Amino acid sequence: MTALLTPPSTTTPARRHTPPPVRPVSAEKKRARRIDRVLTYVPVGLFLIFTMVPFYWMLLFAFRPTGSTSLVPWPITFDHFITVWNGSGFGIYFQNSLFVAIMSLVVSTLIALLGGYALARFPFKGKALFLVAMLCTQFVPGAMMLIPLFEIFNTLGLTNSLWSLIISDTVFHLPLSLILMAGFIRNVPMELEEAAWVDGCTRIQAFRLVILPLLKPGIVAVGSFAFISAWNNFLFAIMFLSSQDRFTVPVGLSYLLGEFGTDFGALAAGGVIAIVPVVVLFAYVQKFLVQGLSAGAVKG
Amino acid sequence: MALPTLTERPKRILTVRAKPTAGRLARYYPYFLIAPAAILTIVFLVYPVGSVFYFSLQHSNVTQPWKDGFAGLDNFIALGSDPLFWRSLSFTAQWVVVEVGLQFVFGLALALLINKTFIGRGIARALVFSPWAVSGILTTTIWILIYNPSTGIGRYLADIGIGEYGTSFLAGDTTFWAVVLAELWKGIPFFAILILADLQSVSLELYESANVDGAGKIRQFTSITWPHIRQAVIIATLLRAVWEFNNVDLLYTLTGGGPASATTTLPLYVAQTAIHDRDFGYGSALTVVAFVILTFFSLIYLRVTKTKGDDK
Repeated sequence: MTALLTPPSTTTPARRHTPPPVRPVSAEKKRARRIDRVLTYVPVGLFLIFTMVPFYWMLLFAFRPTGSTSLVPWPITFDHFITVWNGSGFGIYFQNSLFVAIMSLVVSTLIALLGGYALARFPFKGKALFLVAMLCTQFVPGAMMLIPLFEIFNTLGLTNSLWSLIISDTVFHLPLSLILMAGFIRNVPMELEEAAWVDGCTRIQAFRLVILPLLKPGIVAVGSFAFISAWNNFLFAIMFLSSQDRFTVPVGLSYLLGEFGTDFGALAAGGVIAIVPVVVLFAYVQKFLVQGLSAGAVKG
Repeated sequence: MALPTLTERPKRILTVRAKPTAGRLARYYPYFLIAPAAILTIVFLVYPVGSVFYFSLQHSNVTQPWKDGFAGLDNFIALGSDPLFWRSLSFTAQWVVVEVGLQFVFGLALALLINKTFIGRGIARALVFSPWAVSGILTTTIWILIYNPSTGIGRYLADIGIGEYGTSFLAGDTTFWAVVLAELWKGIPFFAILILADLQSVSLELYESANVDGAGKIRQFTSITWPHIRQAVIIATLLRAVWEFNNVDLLYTLTGGGPASATTTLPLYVAQTAIHDRDFGYGSALTVVAFVILTFFSLIYLRVTKTKGDDK
């Protein structure tokens, strides 16, 4: 844990220990370095191809006219997007998904802030039990929860309501949010908070004025993960939502997979619509992802 | 606590305000703070899990309501002679072992590679990790576009003389590996992210001194890197195993468990029993078995991989 408090720095003080480059670099060393470079770039390149070709494939199908077999999307067409957005109802699905994802983000981040603060700053009886229980929830298969959750939402009158999705997404994502958030809060030095108390702040004031601003990256990271996981949820959505005006994007996609059968252009366009918000968000939070995991999840 | 010096002890430090945890309610603060999380979890997770255990001891089938009632261990006894259960169980094992094994090999390689310093590392990282954020159903969408027989990659391969036109990768012998590949596309980045976090906390000085002492790359890996990331690798493989075990989205949408139940995992079988056949009792019994297997597997795995000298 202590090693993690210092962020991975790019300026390595360790460089001091390397022998100063006075000796002329031998040809042998030069070749070793070149080999090393090849051994880095070639496999990274291969991984990149493996990752990027499927994305490109989808973009290709989404932007090229039906019937074309060209490997570049030219002449470019937006017909497929118009088809799915208006004809297949992706306009509505997109709004529904956005609502569900944003509400899950807000609810789970707020709850994670409260709980994470308790876990990071208080010793209390039952803390270990609470943590173990939270971890155990990760072993519960989502498919296992379908029947009982369906009955609960039925009792609450929430079937076919977007709130059933928001609640179940939040519950399933909460353990991760909590543990991540506790890690981020633990990384804010306790002394800062104490200094604020000494200066006359209450606990709540100290939290709001001192911790919250420093916690911004953590909140962004936790919130984004909640958003992405809610945006991507399929199993609960297909079970709990029954009328088409409530469908979310993944449900819409699954119907495209069945309905259209061979209209791969429309399917690809639906996929692009589904991916855009997530990729934009991911590009933004990607660096917090690694930080956040090293701060909290992996090491506790 | 910041210690006030004797010379200038400010008065307010003695007041209640400066010690925000004082007061009769103070010791309950943490409980108030975790209450929302705890209540949500109990109502929407613990209670449902409990009810699954309850239903596993009941006959509860919407299509045969006259049989409803206490079943004792009937559902579990029925499991023993259900060929689909055993087949789904062995497929689940196969799926988890192959997926986690390959994700371990390639994910570790990817994490080690992407942790090196090279030009364009930031961009390479963002791109290579991006499938992590893609949902199961979207993965299906993408790979259906790739695998479909008429306009998929098979057609272009046939153009240059590899394979035949009209080959569907999602039928016949290739099905398993086609699905494995699609899941790897998403799983390798996931695994790599979990490892990279830990790799970054290895002190570079260790490598510097190893260099000075003349340790080769392999020796550096076995003596410095591996001991450092071992714990993270154990956790990552366990998490991936649990997630792959529970993975429903991809198989459900990509193959639907077919052809002829060949790619039906246990959770997928649960979903089919519960949703299609409406047999909640039997579905719950299947779920209980899945839950018990996962728990035991995790405990054994953690016990086996725990060795002396885990000082992290």
